Amino acid sequence: MVPLSWYLILSAVLFCLGVSAFLLKRNIITIFMAIELMLNAVNLSFIAFANYLGKLSGHVFVFFVMVVAAAEAAVGLAIIIAIYRTRETLNVDRVNLLKL
Amino acid sequence: MMPQILFLFFAAICVAGAINLVLQRHPINSALSLVVVMASLAALYLLLGAEFVGAVHVIVYAGAIMVLFVFVIMLLNAGAEEQSQGSRIALLIGGPGVAVFAGVLMWLVTRGDKAIGNAKVGGMISSGDNTHNVASLLFKEFLLPFEVTSVLILIAIMGAVVLASRKES
Amino acid sequence: MNPTTTFLIAAVVKIALVIFILLTGVAYTTWLERKVIGRIQNRWGPTRVGPFGLLQPLADGVKFILKEDMIPDNVHRGLFILAPMLALVMSLISISVIPFGEGLHVPMTHTTTPLQITGVPGTTDHPGPTDINIGLLLILGVTSIGVYGIALAGWSSNSKYALLGALRASAQMISYELALGLSLVGVLMMAGTLSLRQIVNTQAGSWFPGGPLHLVPHWYIFPQFIAFFIYLMAAYAETNRIPFDLPEAETELVAGYHTEYSSMKFAMFFMAEYVNMITVSCVATLMFFGGWHGPSLPFLPQLLQDLLPILWFAAKIFVFMFVYIWIRGTLPRFRYDQLMAFGWKFLLPLAIANIIVTSLIVAWRA
Repeated sequence: MVPLSWYLILSAVLFCLGVSAFLLKRNIITIFMAIELMLNAVNLSFIAFANYLGKLSGHVFVFFVMVVAAAEAAVGLAIIIAIYRTRETLNVDRVNLLKL
Repeated sequence: MMPQILFLFFAAICVAGAINLVLQRHPINSALSLVVVMASLAALYLLLGAEFVGAVHVIVYAGAIMVLFVFVIMLLNAGAEEQSQGSRIALLIGGPGVAVFAGVLMWLVTRGDKAIGNAKVGGMISSGDNTHNVASLLFKEFLLPFEVTSVLILIAIMGAVVLASRKES
Repeated sequence: MNPTTTFLIAAVVKIALVIFILLTGVAYTTWLERKVIGRIQNRWGPTRVGPFGLLQPLADGVKFILKEDMIPDNVHRGLFILAPMLALVMSLISISVIPFGEGLHVPMTHTTTPLQITGVPGTTDHPGPTDINIGLLLILGVTSIGVYGIALAGWSSNSKYALLGALRASAQMISYELALGLSLVGVLMMAGTLSLRQIVNTQAGSWFPGGPLHLVPHWYIFPQFIAFFIYLMAAYAETNRIPFDLPEAETELVAGYHTEYSSMKFAMFFMAEYVNMITVSCVATLMFFGGWHGPSLPFLPQLLQDLLPILWFAAKIFVFMFVYIWIRGTLPRFRYDQLMAFGWKFLLPLAIANIIVTSLIVAWRA
């Protein structure tokens, strides 16, 4: 039997790796992917608890998290394309001023 | 014995993929490592008895959202990223910060280890399978959030189409 | 032997057999295609290599192996080599959940093994073989991951034809995946399960039992014919076949996403396309045409009687492949904007309308 704490530790490790990628990387698409990694870590934690408590609300919540992540990825990538058209760069250090 | 070996195998792939995402310089390699993370997470969901959610995870996340990421990387022809001043500062301060955060989380989890116990392997509810039970929950108790998420997706579609279209001048 | 060892040995034998038969089938599908298209175009097709050109696939295989395997200089090497492997492996994984028949009574031992790689023999309180209860979702998921093979092939080739072809092909595939999945939801609502074997089991019997029309089988093609046509068109677009094959048309984009590939890697893309065709035909047979159900001949010995459903299944697959090749020889191809408009503005709303009508009827009857 796998102890529940192992799943929670894995979820915590993935979340922290997502946070570190968010802070360390300079390419905006990679930062977005780090956000998706954090959301996935949370999904794993939800499913682990749903298994432990025997309630299926955890699974339904994971659905909603997936849907929100999909919507956010779509809109975020559209914004990135729009920014790339004007600024010609994907490096976040170069788009930190409102002035071009 | 067997569930633990399976868990350790898929968890190792997961963490390796996530570390690869942080360490790679080219965004396409990071995107593919994230796909590996998604696939191993789907395998872990199967271990936890959530086969429907695992299959939907592969279809939606690995098969649609990550394809969208790969598309945008291909369209914008993103190259390998360069080191700049901001990233060195972030490494100096952020690296230890994240390590402290991770340590705190793990200490919290292992402190309650005796009280939490084990996760069951495989299916949970004996009557009907996962699809049936999740569907009856989704369409009876959680009907209002379901409808609200459909409106959310509609707004996201419209927003994405408007934002990514070229302005006619 | 305990059931685990029996299952493992049976699974290994089944995997070896299925892959061998499948790849031979792919090779002879190419032969069939060249012959049929030749005849449609009033010429012979391959006739030189062996009687009726039957050894032509063997000659093609030898050619592919002996050709120089060239990797251009400026490609992204890892992804260049990974992409065809990804495409082929994902196509082959889909076959593992497809049931070919009921069960096979193995002659020497007293076991019955189901004719499906992931099938498990039944127990005393649940007789009859069972399989994964999300079999259909697995096929849809693996199809979604197959898009990566094409996208990465085009991107890693570092060439403008390949990149454009890959972008167009992947956009087309993910657009038509929606119509593909939604067209099957009508059948799922009538069957009540996602497991492929259970869906075929609900198609036993007849629509009008005990009447003058009792020969009409209980197949879902009859109530769900609209869903079947949506599925068929979405399947042609998913497998990049005419009339939706703009991404690999020779006159448009040199060769699309596999421009820079040669010999064995190109052969892998080629095989992946034909295995996808077979998978899609298998799913159409299972969902709409009753799978392996057909007239049974009780005078045959037990072994042949167990293998007879495979014959019916293979006959139905053959009909689908023939229709694929027939359409390739007959229709012109869509332009890209017509293709996308067709998928999003026609097939998707029609599939959703089909779901609404089916769900109303199913709810009214219950």
